[in-house]
Amino acid sequence: MRGAKSAKWVAIAGITALAATACGGSSDSGSDDGNRKIDPKGIVSYANGEPQNALQPSNTMEAYGSVVIDSLFTGLVHYNKSGDLTYENAESVKPDADNKVWTVKLKPGWKFHNGEAVTAKSYVNAWNWAADPKNGQQNSSWYRDIVGYDKVHPAKGDAKSDSMSGLKVVDDNTFTITLTDGIPYYAYKLVYSPFFPLPSGALKDPKGYGEKPVGNGPYKFKSWDHKKSIQVTAFAGYKGANKPKNGGINFKAYTQPTGAYNDLRSDNVDTMPLVPDSELANYKDDFGDRAITQDFSAINTVNPAFYTKTFKDMDVKVIQGLSMAIDRDTIAKTTFYGTRESATGWVAKGVKGYQKDACGEYCKFNPTKAKKLIKDGGGVPGNKISIQYNADQPHEAWVTAVCNSITKATGVKCVGDPKTDFQADTEVRDKKQVKSMYRSGWVLDYPFNGNFLADLYGTGVDGNKGGFSDKKFDELTKQADHAKTIDESAALYQKAEKELVNTFPGIPLWYNKINSAYSKNVKDVKFDQAGDPVLTDIQVYEKK
Amino acid sequence: MGRYVARRLLQMIPVFIGTTLLIFLMVNVLPGDPVRALWGDKPADPTQLAQLRHDRGLDLPLWQQYLHYMGGLFKGDFGNTIAGNRPVLDEITQAFPVSIRLASMAWVFELVVGISLGVLAGVRRGRVVDNLVTLFTLLVISVPIFVIGLGAQLFFGNQLGWVTPTVQNSESFGQLLLPAIVLGMVGLAYVARLTRTSIAENRSADYMRTAVAKGLPRGRIISRHLLRNSLIPVVTYLGTDVGALMGGAVITEGIFNVTGVGNLLFTALQRREGAVIVGIVTVLVLVYLVASLVVDLLYAVLDPRIRYA
Repeated sequence: MRGAKSAKWVAIAGITALAATACGGSSDSGSDDGNRKIDPKGIVSYANGEPQNALQPSNTMEAYGSVVIDSLFTGLVHYNKSGDLTYENAESVKPDADNKVWTVKLKPGWKFHNGEAVTAKSYVNAWNWAADPKNGQQNSSWYRDIVGYDKVHPAKGDAKSDSMSGLKVVDDNTFTITLTDGIPYYAYKLVYSPFFPLPSGALKDPKGYGEKPVGNGPYKFKSWDHKKSIQVTAFAGYKGANKPKNGGINFKAYTQPTGAYNDLRSDNVDTMPLVPDSELANYKDDFGDRAITQDFSAINTVNPAFYTKTFKDMDVKVIQGLSMAIDRDTIAKTTFYGTRESATGWVAKGVKGYQKDACGEYCKFNPTKAKKLIKDGGGVPGNKISIQYNADQPHEAWVTAVCNSITKATGVKCVGDPKTDFQADTEVRDKKQVKSMYRSGWVLDYPFNGNFLADLYGTGVDGNKGGFSDKKFDELTKQADHAKTIDESAALYQKAEKELVNTFPGIPLWYNKINSAYSKNVKDVKFDQAGDPVLTDIQVYEKK
Repeated sequence: MGRYVARRLLQMIPVFIGTTLLIFLMVNVLPGDPVRALWGDKPADPTQLAQLRHDRGLDLPLWQQYLHYMGGLFKGDFGNTIAGNRPVLDEITQAFPVSIRLASMAWVFELVVGISLGVLAGVRRGRVVDNLVTLFTLLVISVPIFVIGLGAQLFFGNQLGWVTPTVQNSESFGQLLLPAIVLGMVGLAYVARLTRTSIAENRSADYMRTAVAKGLPRGRIISRHLLRNSLIPVVTYLGTDVGALMGGAVITEGIFNVTGVGNLLFTALQRREGAVIVGIVTVLVLVYLVASLVVDLLYAVLDPRIRYA
């Protein structure tokens, strides 16, 4: 969970929109890199921003902070390109037959950057501390599957206990996690930062620790010059597989992505998470073979608010028709300059259980059939819909394009419904006051299809902002959650996804892509499925 | 004079309270809950939400929050930020020196270059120089500041490579030069125009004819007689512009990534950090009040006929 990639929800204001007109130049990229020497001690500079909170793993969810946290810590597990788990600090994470009791064995010999050994206690104590609402950790609800969480973190009133009974230290390198209900894919959740370990000092002085974090990851904290930069250096004693191929990272704080982009063009910064939308049209010209376009597991949708008069008793055919009226390919090509890919289902690519064409013909542009479906379904009440979006990010262009496509194909009037910024937008969604439909996006929390299904469209779950509810879908996800193995669970979730065709809780639009670039000073810049940079792999050229 | 100053200082108190209250209320009217916003578009945990609201004192009635805030202010406590719980005073004391440096560079630039251009144009009214200055100022005033800023960034930063496109160290004078010039551009145009009009008007005044008739040297006529009498509108503008430069640098600071007040205000608005917004505005209000007082006092120096009882 990356809080929607703060880089994106940091407003880009009107400035960037005009930046596109102001820059047109292109720079050639030399291809004489073959004989340039690599400096293993070279420092990579990364265009970031000032983290929102102090640097505590369980209190960091926006992108600026989490990219730093991810460099300082290594969790129990991670995942590879095909969405399979890999063991990092853990030697094994094994469930019992009911997927209820999970035994975690640690690789011995791992140390924190201050020399303290990483033991079972480093995990258990950190989680218990972070679950306590008194300690104000934003991600505390991530422990809610564990037995005893409700005692530490009750919905109302004071905590009845300061530790979760479901966490037990067996020996220095072993602990068990008991869940209230069996979850076959629970190990995937452990990828996320609230499950990182903390050294004992962190709990004694959390505030001081947040300013100078000590982790167990590939990089060691060096300095934090607020609003300017955070520097980390390669940790020599690192035991993990992803040993840094560079000397360290300088996370430079930028307030505007356009500034970062211009610095990148002039090699003053080595890479950035996403080029600003205003540069999508020309970043490939600007960077040549140093431009990056890569898949990552995120999806854009437009969701009906089912509590509105318009959608309350609407025949699903109408929503299917609206979906078929959207010319995804053309909009991806024109509005997004080919930097997005038309979605064919509700689960993003690159996660376990992703299936092609789950949405079938309903996600393909077909104006004739769209018109017919809407007519058969009784039409849209008032013959008018709107799509809510936040105006602080460049959504207006594509919302308008989607609307035009719908109106042109079916005659249903469609307008954008802008809210000043992301905060105003979420508030309206939280309060269930969306007038018609709203735009939505989801980046993976963990690479499993259930994360895109149960967590978004299950009845009453927090991520379900449109008030969608379908018994059959709930039943299917429940079955998937009670499957014996991960693969079985993923397959059952696929079945649940197929079922969404008959209810259409959201209209899939596009899979996002990473659009980034890197400077002439570095090579091997890549991003993972979650859209985070793989910092340890970046190599720095020796200064000429 | 002393009584005048005292009276002016006393007047500042209601203005100060009024503006802070107004801003405080405005921030609270903005849609979007800053605590909820910490979770982005992911679902927030209600228990944690309530706890954080309580910790930051946001669950109190608004009037209590305001009283708490004002109470803290007199003790020099600007409160804490919602995200990160850092003292607002730290944020402000970090940002203001940068902005003061940037603003004063821009201010000196617009003062020196603006007045020089204005004098040049005013003295040679109707000639080529005058037309050139008019054309230049027209251009600067009509082109939005971000176009000038981005243009300068691309041209001097990306094309020529004379400077880095963004400011790498906000404390370095050399690096702040380009943003300061961009920031001072609009003010410069106004200063030049005001000076020009005023000088052109006063050139035919009686005291000017007298001075010329006395056979005074030209330089002395312009600097002592003409300029001094023509500066009142310019000083008024330059005075109020101090505050505007400090707070109005949002766009320039954004483009060049200068970590000053404008930038801080911008991010604070995005994150609905009420305490930070009110804190900055409080200081800016003080800057405006003091600057306008200084301007009023300067009138008497420039034109001794103006006296304050």
